[in-house]
Amino acid sequence: MSAIILFTAVSVAQIMLVAAMAIVSIRMFVGPRAQDRILGLDTFYINAMLLLVTFGVGTGRVVYFEAALVIGMIGFVATVALAKFLMRGEVIE
Amino acid sequence: MMHPAMDMPVWVAALVAFFLVLGALLALIGAIGFLRLPSFYQRIHAPTLGTSWGIGGVMLGSMIFFSVASSRLAIHEILIGIFVTVTTPITLMMLARAALHRDRAEANGEAPPKHNPEHR
Repeated sequence: MSAIILFTAVSVAQIMLVAAMAIVSIRMFVGPRAQDRILGLDTFYINAMLLLVTFGVGTGRVVYFEAALVIGMIGFVATVALAKFLMRGEVIE
Repeated sequence: MMHPAMDMPVWVAALVAFFLVLGALLALIGAIGFLRLPSFYQRIHAPTLGTSWGIGGVMLGSMIFFSVASSRLAIHEILIGIFVTVTTPITLMMLARAALHRDRAEANGEAPPKHNPEHR
């Protein structure tokens, strides 16, 4: 009984997160400006991180947690570097 | 290998399911708002729905699940929660400042002019 509840919830959550990633990638392609694309990338990796944690609950393994942590850190650095590039025209001054 | 959800109480499974679906639903609502809102300064508010309670819901569900499955306190997901909560305001503030700078440099009417307190 509890396995059925859990697997249904994990499937529904995965479908919702993949739909969110698809919607965000539409905005990433449409634009209209560079800051919209960067914000889309930021939202995209947050959703990918949530999807990985949901995979971890679905399979009962802990390895997905580490992948999610690495995605979070690298995504933060990438977004800050891109925003700095928009502001100044170069990343490291 | 058996999945740990087989011998889990029903109410724990229902709690984990509720938090997972709540987090995923909030992330989806944030993504829809990000697609539909008209200007960038309104659009930048929408994804924070996913980074506050979207992250919170999924991480709470995962914490409860792994704590019950391994029958000890497993709260390492709180690392991701704290990290995202700390870093999201920084990234969004830098991005909004960059957008403001670009709109003011082009003077395209998207952003108000810079307020100068010396000439009041």
